[in-house]
Amino acid sequence: MAPGLIHSGHLLASGDEAVALAALDAGVRLGTGYPGTPSTEILEAFSLYGGQAQWAPNEKVALEVAIGVAYSGARALVTMKHVGLNVAADPLFTVAYTGVTGALVVVSADDPGMASSQNEQDNRRYAVAAGVPMLEPSDSQEAYDFTLLAIEVSERWGLPVLLRMTTRVCHSKSVIGTRGPAPPAPRARFERDIPGRVMIPAFARRAHRRLRGQLAGIEAWNEASGPNLRVHGSSRLGIVTSGISHVHAAEAAPEASILKLGMTYPIPMARIREFAGSVARCVVIEEGDPYLAEAIRAAGIAVESKPEMYRFGELNVGRVRRILAGDLSPESETPAGTPPCLCQGCPYRVVFQALRDLDCIVSGDIGCYSLGVLPPFEAMDTLVCMGAAVGVGLGMRHALPPEEARRVVSVIGDSTFVHSGITGMVEMAYNPPPSGHLLIILDNGTTAMTGLQEHPGTGRTLDHRATGRVRYDELARTLGIRRVHVLDPTRDPAGFRELVRQCLDSAELSLIVAERDCLLAAGKIRAYEKCEEPRA
Amino acid sequence: MPDRPVTNIVIAGLGGQGVLTASDVVAGAAFRAGFDVKKSEVHGMSQRGGSVASDVRFGGKVLSPMVPPGEADYLVLLDEGQLEANRGLLRPAGTLIHPALVRGVRLASKRSLNLALVGVLSARLDIPEQAWLEAIRAGLRQDLHPINLAAFLAGRALDTAPA
Ligand SMILES: Cc1ncc(C[n+]2csc(CCOP(=O)(O)OP(=O)(O)O)c2C)c(N)n1
Repeated sequence: MAPGLIHSGHLLASGDEAVALAALDAGVRLGTGYPGTPSTEILEAFSLYGGQAQWAPNEKVALEVAIGVAYSGARALVTMKHVGLNVAADPLFTVAYTGVTGALVVVSADDPGMASSQNEQDNRRYAVAAGVPMLEPSDSQEAYDFTLLAIEVSERWGLPVLLRMTTRVCHSKSVIGTRGPAPPAPRARFERDIPGRVMIPAFARRAHRRLRGQLAGIEAWNEASGPNLRVHGSSRLGIVTSGISHVHAAEAAPEASILKLGMTYPIPMARIREFAGSVARCVVIEEGDPYLAEAIRAAGIAVESKPEMYRFGELNVGRVRRILAGDLSPESETPAGTPPCLCQGCPYRVVFQALRDLDCIVSGDIGCYSLGVLPPFEAMDTLVCMGAAVGVGLGMRHALPPEEARRVVSVIGDSTFVHSGITGMVEMAYNPPPSGHLLIILDNGTTAMTGLQEHPGTGRTLDHRATGRVRYDELARTLGIRRVHVLDPTRDPAGFRELVRQCLDSAELSLIVAERDCLLAAGKIRAYEKCEEPRA
Repeated sequence: MPDRPVTNIVIAGLGGQGVLTASDVVAGAAFRAGFDVKKSEVHGMSQRGGSVASDVRFGGKVLSPMVPPGEADYLVLLDEGQLEANRGLLRPAGTLIHPALVRGVRLASKRSLNLALVGVLSARLDIPEQAWLEAIRAGLRQDLHPINLAAFLAGRALDTAPA
């Protein structure tokens, strides 16, 4: 089943939907990942179109599952937002050494401008650091084409391939044509290859050399016939670009000659050298870090890089015009719009009100509940990365003087807890601070922030069918945490506040699971529960 | 029609008002009329009541998916309060379409304000009515069709063009 909008063989699709369509056409055996804007819709669409898609507890596990699929000779797709690749970096660096038998496509959806993220890291650096070939689509058609190409490259050279997207490529819709089913993947089968797959040092040393050899082969292919586009224009201005920056540049400077790179690692340096030599002025137009510009200059090719002020935020046509004009004047600030806020009637409101009333020091985390930082609550004091609420709270408990340490509370969402808070809770049981600690799990029965995805704590799969369910209270008791409370905070807000006070005063380890369905999800959850039949 | 100029539209409102549905309908209608189309917005916490804006561009060939500042031909506001944040996108001679224009229209649900304003917009664009109706049917749940088609047609029938 393809998306609704079809017109004379073409369709209007987002970059995320285009990746899903390509995965379907390529016969991807399994799509896995963890939700994260702007990547979330890829797996949702893949599932909707009939592919097998599943949410993993976090990105590291997702990548590991995908590696297993690709070791078995099948085609695997794994999706995440840019910060997800930090979590999955450990397996990424070593699967580059082992390589794969089937295909492994790793989608990293970066968020320049931080529309919905805690940082704007540029994951093109990961391709270089891990030694993984990288493709960068600039619109939905390329998102489709490059997903298929990534599978081809992955199978031909036996390496994982990074498909690096950005917010505007993921979420913009544009017209695409699809190609229909690709040649089927070979049948999955286990093939023993101990030196190739078991990375003890003796085997890993060989594997590293193999990787560099493969990358040299891909570089030669990229130079000769990679997905790189040359637009012939004026010999006065040449632009080297990639990804979304390409369409901004083509609009901002219609007269320019353009070398638009589709594969940006390994970089086709000879093509760039030849291009730069053919124009009087050569400017690199790229969003985020000066990744291409630094590499090109290090190769001894004279190109202009954008001024430092354009490292921050997204590019657009106006900003590219400014870069080409060498405009360093301050940019006009876009007036702030209305900020988001916790929904009226959101169960978290009660929790943050209590934490505020009790003057707690709140070690917070990421999710809808991060909005507890804004007025009227302003009840969040730290936010670093998913899962950090627990560890950071424990660290403060260890270091602060007793009267302050006693006020520290760690607050984490249910999906975030499963993603990377569980190991924090193990730390809490293993190295308890002298003042004890209180962990509050905000269990709204969904991953609300990214659009209501299931997770292992909801007991339902990506497509909302019943499956095993993680019980937070039982997990805590197993770890030896004795004070465990599960309750709906909205039933009795004053009683909830009193419970928090008691836990803080006890100087013991406590867990409160504040359980109440997200307002936006409650109706859907009831509907899923109705049609759930227990598994045999 | 590769040489048709690009029409730039920005639709802005608050999370939950149906900005993305509105821009999907506009993009879908232009696509059905045979134009090249790009539509872009930033998702994220858009359901939590914050500002949401979506860009739709269509014509012979569209490059960037984002409407460059000062180049929007139409700014459609679902919430009057979003004018300040988006004013800079509209070209000096551009057209503002806002809720006051449909004040006289009785909407069966205030949630179909988005489609009423798309109706007002549609009367000014060179896209056949059939393409609009198909785009609405494709973009909304079936049980919502009657209310939204009515809102769209009511907005489309208003004579709001400057004299
Ligand atoms: C490593 C990483 N992966 C994904 C994300 C995107 N993300 C942030 S919080 C979150 C989960 C939010 O769900 P939950 O903890 O249940 O809180 P809720 O939004 O429901 O309040 C996700 C998917 C991220 N910031 N970092």
